[in-house]
Amino acid sequence: MSYLEIKNINKRFKDDIVFDDVSLSVNKGEFFVVFGPSGSGKTVLLRLLSGIMSQDSGQIFMDGVCIDDLDPNERDISMAFQNFALYPHMDAFENIASPLIAQKTSPDEIKKRVQEVAELLKIDHVLSHKPKELSNGQKQRTSLARSLVVRPSVVLLDDPLRNVDAKIRYEMRLELPKVLKEFNTTVIYVTQDYKEAMALGERVGVLANSNFTDVDHPTHVYKKPNNITSAKLFGDPTINVLNASNISSGDLSTITASKITIESNNPNLKNQRDLFLGIRPEDIQISNQAHEGAIKVELRAKTPLNLRTVYLLRFEDGVEVLASASEEESLLIDDQKDFYIRFDNSNLNFFDQSESLIQ
Amino acid sequence: MISSSNTLTKIFKFLAYFFIIMFFLFPILWIFMMSFMTNDEILRKVPTIIFSPTFENYIALLKGKINTPAGVMDVFYMQNILNSFILSSCSVLLTLILGIPAAYAFARYKFKGGEDIAFTILSFKFAPALLIIIPLNLYFTKLGLYDSYFALVWVYQLITLPLLLWIVRGYFEDVSEDIEHAYRLDGHSWFKSFWKISIPLARPGIAASSLICFIFAWNNFVFALILGSSSIQPVTVGALSFITASAIPYGLIAAGIVLSVIPTLTLALIIQKYLVEGLSLGAVKG
Repeated sequence: MSYLEIKNINKRFKDDIVFDDVSLSVNKGEFFVVFGPSGSGKTVLLRLLSGIMSQDSGQIFMDGVCIDDLDPNERDISMAFQNFALYPHMDAFENIASPLIAQKTSPDEIKKRVQEVAELLKIDHVLSHKPKELSNGQKQRTSLARSLVVRPSVVLLDDPLRNVDAKIRYEMRLELPKVLKEFNTTVIYVTQDYKEAMALGERVGVLANSNFTDVDHPTHVYKKPNNITSAKLFGDPTINVLNASNISSGDLSTITASKITIESNNPNLKNQRDLFLGIRPEDIQISNQAHEGAIKVELRAKTPLNLRTVYLLRFEDGVEVLASASEEESLLIDDQKDFYIRFDNSNLNFFDQSESLIQ
Repeated sequence: MISSSNTLTKIFKFLAYFFIIMFFLFPILWIFMMSFMTNDEILRKVPTIIFSPTFENYIALLKGKINTPAGVMDVFYMQNILNSFILSSCSVLLTLILGIPAAYAFARYKFKGGEDIAFTILSFKFAPALLIIIPLNLYFTKLGLYDSYFALVWVYQLITLPLLLWIVRGYFEDVSEDIEHAYRLDGHSWFKSFWKISIPLARPGIAASSLICFIFAWNNFVFALILGSSSIQPVTVGALSFITASAIPYGLIAAGIVLSVIPTLTLALIIQKYLVEGLSLGAVKG
């Protein structure tokens, strides 16, 4: 039931290729997250969808109808900008009412609808304020309210939580899906924060190198990334990718990477002699004891990240990996003693020479 | 910070302000006083600030009849002021109509030769008026435009249009494109977003440059002198007629200057509100 469909879009700015034959389809009512590093073209994608910019080639369909020739005001799409883009000379009420005015709604109806959406977003007490009198959180809510007030079929949210402080960001991460559910609208949400993508998205598209490298459920992208690019972008601290060699005998493949040996029955591994092994830092277990199968490493650095501690460790052959431990685990680790690590075999991924996932 | 509580500092500060203000405002004050004096009082050997004010000069200007040693002379100073007003406001109006869309285009759209056109328009301002005045005079005579308001308003565009264009362009460039895009996405047409978003947000620039244009047009002398006869001449040219072979009536000239400053000053006071407004509008994010 694809509702919004992008077909073979190409876009370039002079010599800079932003999109190379990009296709995507989003279902009605879906919460779709576009994730990618800065400069990957996330905002450009929203601009193409909203009609602010046009693609060099390719088509965009909404509900089966091509919308390429429609001006921004003729598309049933609204957008909340990363920088809020509130009208500085109008108060919050007028800002939110703007789309209703464009639809020639009656003044009574406008009042009612603005009040409704303002209450939902908890900004009904600041409706008479000009944007410069609003806090960043309120500005952000006003801009969201403006994009939702007409109940558009598609809402584009351009990294709306980027310019607000951490507290509001967490608050909104919880609140946003709830609010958007009320409007029963298709959402395209752009972010650079993989946690936001995990928290909000029903599906996520990883945008890198001029195309989507992965389109799937966020947990799936995290656990089974399509390729090394997706794997590296999606997750923080970033995934470890080690060079590995493989010796197959019969059905059994024996993979070695920096003294770590893994055995697998996966038939797809059989003919891959050189490959890459990907493992998330939290799937590396650290210990001061030399358990069976554990490899001795040297501690290079350590730093706290969110609630975990991240260790930079080095194998004897010089290869470095990142490992992370929860707060309780890290209390048990003595930095002065020897370090041993073990890989959690259930969460390993192998990539072939072309950096694609070996299923 | 240097403490200013000390009395001596206060006195010095006062004196400094006093001298600065006097330096700039004394000529204006003096002209204002002269306009209430008779010629004899003005030409007294030791100038004094104590005199019995007279409205004679103003009355003579308003009536259009001045007494000279050679007899009563007709002047059309009030007509000149009206001419100045018509010429300046029409010029500014035309400049606004032509200049604002042009400034917007130069600010928003990058088109081939755009910068060159913008610079060419600016270069009109560099050209000395005397360089073009003679050909212009010939053209206008041929076209039958000599001695018409329209001709002068047209020529004044050489002065006002580049000014407005370049100032307002900068203001349009400062308006975030996203704000305009957001308004379009709300469902408004391009024209509405131009009218309701771009223009109001550039209003301080438009106000400031309109005022400057008005003053430049008001103060223009050469174009009006050459391209028009007495019926359309503005104050700058009209004031010349006071100077006759028999006398220079300083009091009258002073009164004339005071009268001619009033419209510009009033306009500046009205526009001031919009000039300040620009400072108080926060742009995209705070």
